[in-house]
Amino acid sequence: MFGVSVVVFLLMQLAPGDVATALLGPQATVAAKEALRHALGLDRPLPVQYGVWLTHAVRGDFGVSIATQEPVMDLVLPRFLNTLVLTFSSLLLAILIGYPVGIFAALRSQTVFDRGAMAVTLLLGSTPPYWLGLLLVLLFALRLHWLPVSGMYDIAGNGGLGDLLRHLILPAITTALGPAAIITRMVRASVRDALSRPHVRVARAKGLPRRRLLRRHVLRNALPPVITITGLQLGYLVGGALLTEVVFDWPGLGSLLYTSITARDLPVVQATTLLIGLCFVLANIVVDLINVLLDPRLQEG
Amino acid sequence: MDALTSTAVASRGRPRHWRLAAFARDRAAVLSAALLLVVVVACIAAPLITSVGPYAADDSLRYASPLTSGYLLGTDQQGRDELARLLWGGRVSLAVGVVPTLCASAIGLALGMAAGLARGLLDGIIMRTLDVLFAFPIVLFAIALAGAMTPGINTEIISITIVLIPYIGRLARTAAMEVAAMPYIEAARAAGGSPLEIARRYVFPNVLSPVLVYATTLMGLMIVVGSGLSFLGLGVQPPTADWGAMVADGRIVLNIAPHVTLIPGIAILAVSLAFNFLGDGLRDALDPRTGRRSRAA
Repeated sequence: MFGVSVVVFLLMQLAPGDVATALLGPQATVAAKEALRHALGLDRPLPVQYGVWLTHAVRGDFGVSIATQEPVMDLVLPRFLNTLVLTFSSLLLAILIGYPVGIFAALRSQTVFDRGAMAVTLLLGSTPPYWLGLLLVLLFALRLHWLPVSGMYDIAGNGGLGDLLRHLILPAITTALGPAAIITRMVRASVRDALSRPHVRVARAKGLPRRRLLRRHVLRNALPPVITITGLQLGYLVGGALLTEVVFDWPGLGSLLYTSITARDLPVVQATTLLIGLCFVLANIVVDLINVLLDPRLQEG
Repeated sequence: MDALTSTAVASRGRPRHWRLAAFARDRAAVLSAALLLVVVVACIAAPLITSVGPYAADDSLRYASPLTSGYLLGTDQQGRDELARLLWGGRVSLAVGVVPTLCASAIGLALGMAAGLARGLLDGIIMRTLDVLFAFPIVLFAIALAGAMTPGINTEIISITIVLIPYIGRLARTAAMEVAAMPYIEAARAAGGSPLEIARRYVFPNVLSPVLVYATTLMGLMIVVGSGLSFLGLGVQPPTADWGAMVADGRIVLNIAPHVTLIPGIAILAVSLAFNFLGDGLRDALDPRTGRRSRAA
């Protein structure tokens, strides 16, 4: 986590252009720029700047947005919630598609269903998500008029849950399909691997009912790698969501990041990147914990 | 298990040409290699194929649909030839997929081998640094890096290179450690080979093939990621064509002229798929022992 914060901080030192010039305009005198730099603490050595930035960041204070002069946290937090809504519905969707299809494909190995599922997942895994989103917009919003093109709520609407869900469908599908494809392949491989182990053959020879065999001996062994991959997909989902949000004008962190990068609003970019990075680290820790709970063998390590 | 053992035996019996044969048997990989070759040649020979340039705008013929006379793939909202833009843009998109992956492979290979062979303190320093970079989702990190620099193709290439180094570095380290534990390394050391000499002659060739396979698959993924950066406007700047930027152009006219969005997207999809198949084929040809490798998240 410490490392993540250092990277985020250094990332912003890469940014071209002088903050003082950006704030005061090209006509500003050298003395005025120097004064501002001193006021902002930009003339101090880097480690000192980093220390000051970090102590503020820990308290949730990321400074003031250069573009809108609002506190960064006030800008970022509501957006963060919207991104969480999109990310978790996509994750849910990816799991709901990936797990059953993957398990079924493994059990019906080498059938038409299995081959079909593998071909589709391969195709989806290589599709640019933002392009897929545009295709869905074209088909379901512009041509069929079933669903709204973009945004999170209708301007004239009452802002209820139904309205939100209608707006959520296309972005969630767009973000979910890529990870769903990877999860499906992983589940299939993992279940097939578990099926071929000797203890499953023994259990089958003992005449264990198929349902119980699957649940206790196959799925339980197949789960840990699957959960690890699912957790990794969370990071992929956040990345995908960044692009999807721009395509669908979803008011989340991705569209905020996009507008702040375009506007060179560094404090906002810093806060957004740090927040997403921390979520990703957190997700990985949660995945490790779940795996330890599921598999007692890992507890010793 | 049986298939694996028999291929391992076969590879021992007939060393070199067996590899090409395995690759040639994989129809998808051969077709993909052919497709990629055609695409690369077409992009390089762009000025020979199209008479119109990628920036020549024909105001009288905007939004022309594909197969309009003179414009095989139609025109965009400025009346520019889609085919010309696709071919010229392909140069950029392919470069963004291939160049960073090669650079990152070279750097990752060096770092990974150093970490895997030296162990101890150096290993710790290199791997902890890579772990930190690893903590960021790949797309977010690329966007943040590209956003922090001035937009352009160099920015795109540099940011994707940095993003990929930890992935390749980890793979190379694992492979190097595996190789270092082999009896023939011990034999070479006992025979008085210097560490550098051993690394160059015995470890490097064995680490190279998994990295090469992984890099091929990554190239497909990076064409998608790179075009994503261009789509956001963080890559090449207008009027330069690039497949991602072309999709972004088409977004505004999605309803009137869907082909402006569809065509570059299909190009990205086809090339990225082809790299995937090629990677699978290479893996089977170069290293029959490895099973599936998980993809970069």
